[in-house]
Amino acid sequence: MIETHELTRRFGDVLAVDRLTLTVHPGEIFGFLGPNGAGKTTTIRMLAALIEPTSGQATVAGYRIGKDDNRLRAKVGFLTETPGLYDRLSAEANLAYFAHLYGVADVPGRVEHYLRWLGLWDQRYEPAGTLSKGMRQKLAIARALLHDPPIVFLDEPTSALDPEAAHLVRDFIAGLRAEGRTIILCTHNLDEADRLCDRVAVFKHRLLALDAPATLRSQLFGRTIVFHLGQADPGHVAVLERFPFVTSARMVDGRLLATVQHPEVENPTLVKALIEAGAEVQFVGELRQSLEDVYLRLVRTNGEGDVGAKHPSTAR
Amino acid sequence: MHKVWIIIRKEWSEVFRNRLVLFSVAFLPLILTALPLAILAGLGGASAGDVIAASDMPESFTQLCGALSAGDCGAYFLVSEFMLLFMLLPLAIPVTIASYSIVGEKITRTLEPLLATPVTTVQLLGGKSAAAVIPGILMTWAAFGVFSIGVRLLATPQVAARLRDPMWLLAIFIVGPLLALAAVSIAVMVSSRTSDPRVAEQVSMLVMLPLFMVLVGQVTGLILLNAQLVLYIAGGLTVVDIGLMAFAINLFQRETILTRWR
Repeated sequence: MIETHELTRRFGDVLAVDRLTLTVHPGEIFGFLGPNGAGKTTTIRMLAALIEPTSGQATVAGYRIGKDDNRLRAKVGFLTETPGLYDRLSAEANLAYFAHLYGVADVPGRVEHYLRWLGLWDQRYEPAGTLSKGMRQKLAIARALLHDPPIVFLDEPTSALDPEAAHLVRDFIAGLRAEGRTIILCTHNLDEADRLCDRVAVFKHRLLALDAPATLRSQLFGRTIVFHLGQADPGHVAVLERFPFVTSARMVDGRLLATVQHPEVENPTLVKALIEAGAEVQFVGELRQSLEDVYLRLVRTNGEGDVGAKHPSTAR
Repeated sequence: MHKVWIIIRKEWSEVFRNRLVLFSVAFLPLILTALPLAILAGLGGASAGDVIAASDMPESFTQLCGALSAGDCGAYFLVSEFMLLFMLLPLAIPVTIASYSIVGEKITRTLEPLLATPVTTVQLLGGKSAAAVIPGILMTWAAFGVFSIGVRLLATPQVAARLRDPMWLLAIFIVGPLLALAAVSIAVMVSSRTSDPRVAEQVSMLVMLPLFMVLVGQVTGLILLNAQLVLYIAGGLTVVDIGLMAFAINLFQRETILTRWR
């Protein structure tokens, strides 16, 4: 659905995006994560044919950027970081204007559909400037979807929303995936990315890592198993450290933690060894690393030693 | 529906909800129509020309009067000075609208979603420019119509007939719209380099300077406006307009605007 090859963008001496190569598959929610100024917005602007790359290529919905830009724009929906609505026009007039520009066949019908779906039907005649932040954001999302685009770029869709409105928008995004659309989500909300995205790209001018959130967690941190023991004994750490597949073992707050790669295979061996060493194993669970941990490690090291990061030129 | 027309409709529905713009658009035509008629009426209507002696007029102007009586010639001189002011209208109104409609997109942050649609730069600028130029021209023509009726009522039929002179018809119906196009093209150019509508408006108003020079020239007798000169001005403006529009489109690059308008 989206393929980029060595996509690069410079603004004078500033390198905003450096040789980005990736593929986004049809129907997936693809997260773009990175600090402010990392080049996320520049990247999606290039992919939405709003700005041109300095070098490299990209194909979006079958169209090459820089070649078929108008056709490409008709195939993508774009939610900008700020809603960008015409405040003096009504909610309905805002949507109708864009529906006409996108060449939507049944403008009144499509506008009504989205206004009802997003719960804005009763506010349809109200000037956009008088709507709440949440309503404005929903209106902007509706605007990005009016022409039924197969690819939707969402730049910070839940920023500045209250928890309830953010929840509604996240449900809405999940609903878009169910419709088979490809979503590219730029967000600082790592919990949101973890819950919504099939794959994430951690990005700081260049690609630092790209994979499913669970895979990145596993590759970066391994999988940490927590053993709840009847009586904490520091000697049990040594029991686990004997095994070559245990990359680390430690006692934390009376619990025994071990990092392994394949707990489904390796846990029975560890439990058996602990019991033989006299431990009373009460409960075994997995300590889940957050995507935030993954993100912070990748971004702070700026890609140096980025465990789990596939080479940009082969990221698929 | 054609995209240019879609943009024009939206511009009008939004711009005319802005009371400041609406006031600017309505106020000037009202003043420039009412004031000359009030002066004409105040000076005695049909006998207004008697107040202006032949020595008060540039010598060259009296040649234009031809068979008009001395009184009618004076009245015609008065009327023709005001006629030049009507050429200011198609400049002032479109510049106000264009400055707000283009730079306004930046202020409300609506430009990026707009540029993300499959609208070409020519369609976008065509729609915005037309939305600015059309009300200016229509208001000018309407004001000229009211002024003509007023002159017909207040001055002699001979003086009123002079308003249908090809020179004035050319000036109002051809030069006026061409001046409006020039002003809007400059407003578009300035808009692509500023994020303040006032700057765009003020710089675009510089187009008025040559017009003021013509006005002063006419009053002092240095320039005698006649059909041939107006035709030359129209020809020159056509060339200038084509160049300005091409330059404006060239300057109005999506990328430049997105990355520089901060």
